Amino acid sequence: MTAGPSVAGRAGTRTLRTDRWWLQPAVTVAALLAFVVYATIRAFANAAYYAPPYLSPMYSPCLATNCVPGASDVHLVGDWWGLSPALLVLVFPLGFRLTCYYYRKAYYRSFWASPPACAVAEPHRRYTGETRFPLVLNNAHRYFFYVGLLFNIVLSYDAVLAFRDEHGNWGHAGLGTVVLVVNALLLWTYSLSCHSCRHVIGGRLNHFSRHPIRYRAWTLVSRLNAKHMRYAWLSLFWVAFTDLYVALVASGTITDPRFF
Amino acid sequence: MGYQAHFRVWRGDADGGDLHDFTVEANEGEVVLDIIHRLQATQCGDLAVRWNCKAGKCGSCSAEINGRPRLMCMTRMSEFAEDEVVTVTPMRAFPVIRDLVTDVSFNYEKAREIPAFSPPKGVAAGDYRMHQVDVGRSQEFRKCIECFLCQNTCHVLRDHEENKPAFAGPRFLMRIAELEMHPLDSLRENTGADRTEVAQQEHGLGYCNITKCCTEVCPEQIKITDNALIPMKERVADRRYDPLVWLGNKIRRRRT
Amino acid sequence: MTELERHSYDVVVIGAGGAGLRAAIEAHEQGLRTAVVCKSLFGKAHTVMAEGGIAAAMGNVNSRDSWQVHFRDTMRGGKFLNNWRMAELHAKEAPDRVWELETYGALFDRTGDGRISQRNFGGHEYPRLAHVGDRTGLELIRSLQQKIVALQQADRREHGDYEARLRVFAECTVTELLLDSPEPGQAGPAQTGPGQDTGATPPRVAGAFAYWRESGRFVVFEAPAVVLATGGIGKSFKVTSNSWEYTGDGHALALRAGASLINMEFVQFHPTGMVWPPSVKGILVTESVRGDGGVLRNSEGRRFMFDYIPEVFKDKYADNEDEADRWYTDPDNNRRPPELLPRDEVARAINAEVKAGRGTEHGGVFLDVSTRMSADEIIRRLPSMHHQFKELADVDITAEPMEVGPTCHYVMGGVEVDPDTAASRVPGLFAAGEVAGGMHGSNRLGGNSLSDLLVFGRRAGLGAADYVTALRDRPRVTEQVLAQAERTALAPFANLAGAGPAADQENPYTLHLELQQVMNDLVGIIRRGAEMAQALDRLDELKRRAEHVAVEGHRQFNPGWHLALDLRNMLLVSECVARSALRRTESRGGHTRDDYPRMDPRWRRKLLVCTADGAGVEVAERPQEPMRPDLVDLFEFTELQKYLTGEELAAGGAERAAGRSATEHPGERS
Repeated sequence: MTAGPSVAGRAGTRTLRTDRWWLQPAVTVAALLAFVVYATIRAFANAAYYAPPYLSPMYSPCLATNCVPGASDVHLVGDWWGLSPALLVLVFPLGFRLTCYYYRKAYYRSFWASPPACAVAEPHRRYTGETRFPLVLNNAHRYFFYVGLLFNIVLSYDAVLAFRDEHGNWGHAGLGTVVLVVNALLLWTYSLSCHSCRHVIGGRLNHFSRHPIRYRAWTLVSRLNAKHMRYAWLSLFWVAFTDLYVALVASGTITDPRFF
Repeated sequence: MGYQAHFRVWRGDADGGDLHDFTVEANEGEVVLDIIHRLQATQCGDLAVRWNCKAGKCGSCSAEINGRPRLMCMTRMSEFAEDEVVTVTPMRAFPVIRDLVTDVSFNYEKAREIPAFSPPKGVAAGDYRMHQVDVGRSQEFRKCIECFLCQNTCHVLRDHEENKPAFAGPRFLMRIAELEMHPLDSLRENTGADRTEVAQQEHGLGYCNITKCCTEVCPEQIKITDNALIPMKERVADRRYDPLVWLGNKIRRRRT
Repeated sequence: MTELERHSYDVVVIGAGGAGLRAAIEAHEQGLRTAVVCKSLFGKAHTVMAEGGIAAAMGNVNSRDSWQVHFRDTMRGGKFLNNWRMAELHAKEAPDRVWELETYGALFDRTGDGRISQRNFGGHEYPRLAHVGDRTGLELIRSLQQKIVALQQADRREHGDYEARLRVFAECTVTELLLDSPEPGQAGPAQTGPGQDTGATPPRVAGAFAYWRESGRFVVFEAPAVVLATGGIGKSFKVTSNSWEYTGDGHALALRAGASLINMEFVQFHPTGMVWPPSVKGILVTESVRGDGGVLRNSEGRRFMFDYIPEVFKDKYADNEDEADRWYTDPDNNRRPPELLPRDEVARAINAEVKAGRGTEHGGVFLDVSTRMSADEIIRRLPSMHHQFKELADVDITAEPMEVGPTCHYVMGGVEVDPDTAASRVPGLFAAGEVAGGMHGSNRLGGNSLSDLLVFGRRAGLGAADYVTALRDRPRVTEQVLAQAERTALAPFANLAGAGPAADQENPYTLHLELQQVMNDLVGIIRRGAEMAQALDRLDELKRRAEHVAVEGHRQFNPGWHLALDLRNMLLVSECVARSALRRTESRGGHTRDDYPRMDPRWRRKLLVCTADGAGVEVAERPQEPMRPDLVDLFEFTELQKYLTGEELAAGGAERAAGRSATEHPGERS
């Protein structure tokens, strides 16, 4: 580079920031790594994911014939699948989150240090952003969003089923029911606050005045969108927590407190 | 009430320079630009600094204060402890002219490359009708005071001089978004050109990795990333990466 | 002499604010090669600081508005001292100029039916100000800036170069206008400049001498026409809402080139500037705060403006709080709140309250909007005020009142120009915007500045284009003139290196501070004869000391040097202000005298004209041209009685009796 950073006192140091700019990327790395490790272990575990009536969101929908009985009604994948059924479905929510505009910011900053924080030099010599493969694929976010909506429907269905007891009779609610309902709600807010959703629902219009209903929807989504980061973290944490809860109940470590 | 503040100011020109230490009086309610002015008046009459309104409206006094891109006129001394050393350096993404003044001509060149507002044919001046809800988004972007702090902070430009030809920076991608969302802009009707294509092909929207530093430093609190860049990326996806929308556009001309 | 950078243009516009850019757009559209030279970066001109709006009688919010009403308001605001032809053109053309901005891409706030929304403002009878929140000036400058870019793009398509026919020279300061001395019989076309002797051929404008701030290198513009659009003079005062650029460059350039200034005694003190903390003292608090319902109270909590309604405005302004408050919702059946009196009245009232010991801790009064609107509403309508107070003063205007006091804001006086063409009495020299005088009389109404910029910016561009097109020969710049300009510009460096002992050397910053103090204390908002005489002595002394101003360092972006050169202009213009103010023995609009507190109808017929010859400034009286009868007819007789002398009223009556019809002004061009 020419004039800019070669000038002494300006670029000799990576940054002149005196605050703890490294804290946020460090926390992000720690939190995301913790989730990845936990999710990987649980996805391969292929055990303790169904504690009637609760199905772990990591295994839902359970599509393989090797799913534990009762966990699923639909077996799209036959006997040939010998691995954990979680691996069949997790790729979709994973893709949704990987291409999410918030998570992109989070991992570009914290894992790829591009940049680690504002006005802190990044270590890379070249930078092409999202102009080429594979990062150009992030433009496919909206498809993962559509698929994510299907998953939300399935997980909402799971939450509804949690109002049945272990024998399939309606009128039950345990702590697990609450956990599943919250999980479904958080996933909906996360999905609906998504930038692609905002665009699809009305952002692509240039004349809101000609589409009053879509404008109102867009306004609503925009309000959610402002808190997209918060919903991203909350829903991520809650998915893991829900899975953990189901695992603990399924393995008999705890019993599910029942309200009615 | 006043105290002696410790300042470290970068002085030099295109050939080089370094940080100089100063001890200078600071009073209640003052901002960093006041201190720089006091330095000029009392210690170094030729200290170069660019400023105009001193009220956060013109966007001239952009610099980096303790490493953070800020307007000097809107950074209050009360933010710093009295014994804290306040370091003031010129914007880093642009070549230094002298001291705190940088050559920001890059921005004016980019501004010139963006197709201007194209007025609708057959609508006379005075007959423009636009609804508040339709102009609201572009109005947010027009709050921009062109301080170029976003341009300076964006790592695509700041850390990669080689990207400058291909990437217009957040300020000017936002300008494209402003025109793209303008309810009466008629570039497509008048010339056939498409602003989303302009953004993606000519001005490097794809370089943006939405790490939001532009939004973080914007003194006008414009949500550059959420409201301009991401919506533009989505509009690009409509045209380039979304076969459904593409197909829909082929079948019937949508009214937007 | 070293080789100078030279450029040749048809029209050179000095200043890139609203007036300058509009003039440049017009000159370009008339097919002339045009340059814009400005002290700051492109798009940073002082126009960005305008907040409230652009006054134009579009009638979008109240359909009763018309140019006649706007004209009347403008004349009243200026206490009938305005150049009535300018006020007429302004009121008639402002709507077209605003609508035109939309074709440049401007996005004003809208009414329910999609037209440009208009807001109330001091002195305007109907909601009239087109606005964008409280950042209208920014929208104006951006729209014009982007229009310039659009023209450059079109030029590039045609000529292959963005700057083929229109170029902006940013961060370039003009220090001198260059004149030629035509040989007899070679003069240009007759120019309709004011106050011109018809006999001898006066020297014509041949160009301008400037330096690049960045490098300190000199540059010469050769051009037969120069449009001054340099703005105001506020930086000569200590408490001001003006930026550093406002050093009266255009006023001084015009004087030195032989043009005349009028109305220089009228300096507007905006009633509401910030007063605390000290470092932000003077920063503007927009009048929209009052237009949108803000009220002024003293430290005793009293809405004191009711005590200050002058006789001439009694029938337009409410004398009790109930009626004033009803006006916001029912303006047709109630009189306006007195907070919306013209600026000079409000500023004087605040000054009087503070003087009487009813001011706030920091020497201001309270401006409260927090009890008048919801927090959301305040943030929506006054976003930058909310931001400004929060960031700079730790005051949340949605919850607590602001502290405000008068601040030097605008100079009504300026280059004397022909209303239709903006031509000064120097052939080839034009002026528009704040640097031009006459339009606003003794006091400007809020919102009339931005419209003034557009209306007369365009007319100046047109006037310059017509002048250049009709020119038979181009004026030439002589080498002696250039050498002299260069010597003058380099004097501050020569002083440092030169003979005098160090004790004789003056620091430009120190001199500037002293000048500001003198003007603020002795020629400020309330004036007295003895103090102004003292000010003139002090100015004399400062002028002598300024000859020894010395700067260190080199020419590359050296602010000390820049200030030293600006100082020369400030001193010259300050002298004009002080001399004119001492001469006018009455109080009117922006000129308030303790020793002559009343408005005197005889003074209404007189304008004070400033000229410079060599070292000194001379002030002479010039009779005001009587208003055209059809314009006189727009006013009620009872109102005219308040301003006009008995003699004039009788004459006017006679004219009307004789049935003289209204004639269009000759030379009008739309």
